[in-house]
This record gives sequence, C-alpha cells and structure tokens, in this order.
Amino acid sequence: MFHIYCPHCCEYREEEEFHASGQAHIPRPLDPDACTDKEWGEFMYFRANPRGIHHELWVHGAGCRKYFNITRNTHTYEILEVYKVGEKPSIVANEAK
Amino acid sequence: MSDVKVEAVELEATDKLVMNQVPLSAELSEIGESPLHHADLASIAEHGPQEGGVHFHERKLMGLLTLRCLPSAEQQEMIKSLLGVALPMQPLTSVTTDESTIGKVSVRWVSPDEWLIIIEGDKAFDIESSFHDKLMGHFSLVNISGGTTIFDVSGSHVVEMLKKSTPVDLHASEFPVGKVVSTVFAKSGAMICRLADDQFELVVRRSFADYLWLWIQDASREYGLVVKA
Repeated sequence: MFHIYCPHCCEYREEEEFHASGQAHIPRPLDPDACTDKEWGEFMYFRANPRGIHHELWVHGAGCRKYFNITRNTHTYEILEVYKVGEKPSIVANEAK
Repeated sequence: MSDVKVEAVELEATDKLVMNQVPLSAELSEIGESPLHHADLASIAEHGPQEGGVHFHERKLMGLLTLRCLPSAEQQEMIKSLLGVALPMQPLTSVTTDESTIGKVSVRWVSPDEWLIIIEGDKAFDIESSFHDKLMGHFSLVNISGGTTIFDVSGSHVVEMLKKSTPVDLHASEFPVGKVVSTVFAKSGAMICRLADDQFELVVRRSFADYLWLWIQDASREYGLVVKA
C-alpha cells in the first residue's frame, strides 16, 4: 500500500482513498480541428510507459476529490514528489539516458 | 414531487429558485422519515442494552448544505455575517457555534473550495434564501439534506470500533477534537468529525445508512452497543 501525501488535505492518507488517473502533463492540442489524425491519435491514446521516473495524475477520490500530480519511480514504486496541478515537478528523468 | 409542497410566497422571497423542502405547516418531526426509520431506533433505545462501550444515535433530518466557492474577502465577510461563524480556511478543520441567530451552526472544511454547513433541518431554507439574496459573486449552495444522515457515535470503545472501519489515524495526536476528514468507511464513505475525545460524528450517504448501521452493530458487538434515542 502507498501512503500518499495529499497536497490539498496536507496530510498522508492510505492509497485506498486515491485513484490513479494516468500520465500527467498531457496538453490538449489548442486547435483540435487543425490536428492530423496522427497528432490527435497520439494525444488521445499514446502514453509513456517508462521504467523509472514517471509523472502521474492522481485524484483523492474519497477525500477532497481534488486532482494532483505524483512523481513516482515505476521500478521501485517510490513516490519522489507530490505537487499540485499547474505546478512544475522539481524531479525529472534525465532525458539523455 | 407530489409530496413536496412549494408555496408561491417562498419563491418571492428570493429571485433565484430556491425550494423549501420542509412544508411550512409541518413540525420538524413530520417532515420525513429518516434513512433508519425502519430500524425503529427508539424502541431499541428503550428496550435494548443500556450499558456498553459504543453508543449510537442517529441525528436525523438535519439541514446539510454544500457550499462551493473560492471566497473573496468580501464573500468571507458576508458568509460570516450570514452564518455567525467564519469559514474554516485551514484544511481538515471545522467550526461550531451555538451563538448564531439561526441556532447551532457547524461548518466543516471538505476541500479547498468546498464546505459542509450543518444546521437544524427547518433552518436550511432560510440559510439558502439568505445566501442567494445577499452573497454576491460566484458560488454554489446546494441542499443535500435529503441525501445524507448523521450518526453520532461515542463511548469508551468508539475509537476501537472506528479503527475496524476506516484507515484514518484516530490517535488524539493526529486526530484532535474539531478535525474533520472525508474518507473511506467500511467500503463506503463518510465524513468523520471528532466532537470530543470519545465522541465522533459521521456524515453518511442516505443510501448507505442501513448498511453502515448493520456494520456498526457488527463492529460494536464485542464492546456492547447502546442505542440512544
């Protein structure tokens, strides 16, 4: 079980109260009508599946019902950082690797 | 809608559509059946056990209002004058007053832009009307009285009973009097507020009330359950 810090409730709660909502930081194309099918398809369906640092969107479903982001290591399951929607993560994967 | 009487004069009280869900002529005891009406708690309170580690009471037919807004300073001032207490802005906190002009008022923090206001059942319409008349700006106030009920649980073993039901840390150092959390409770959900060291209030969904009443009976069996009328 994860013990997750909710940045809105400002305390740790059990994973049972939360729900993962997939990859974070997926910008919706500003002009969907101008997208190619490939661009729209990748926005809609294609997600990263890294081994290591991953930014995820979670929702505190049984608590404050707010969304927030988690930076998590998919290899060790360690939660490295929790930050609100709209904020930038301070921990990011090294792109050069 | 056939059992809900809407008086024309009530609609004139405010230019926005707020419906009084309590018929004007009715006594509070007649406004409806609580979700545990069928359990006949009054008889159990009279004939059931009088001593035990967990005490249970359904505080029925209260007025519950969900307020959603990101309040400006002016809105906070107006809300304070309407309710008699300021909105609790710190996460997981609550305020309660008996001093208000509308009787006892409790306000619970739910999320950064959401609060739960608990008042007597016959005061909900007055509060709704006054909010829509006097509170300016962007906000939403919804009467959720019919969809919820309140369980008061107390007693020397109430914490042990709650520990079986929710993963929240209930130790006094983590869960002081006045703290309020929305959390999972017995595979359902509840808003838990600590009213005193051994006294908790559970705000639960009406549709789960019977299930949670059965759950609490089972979880309390080893400590002895006393139903209070």
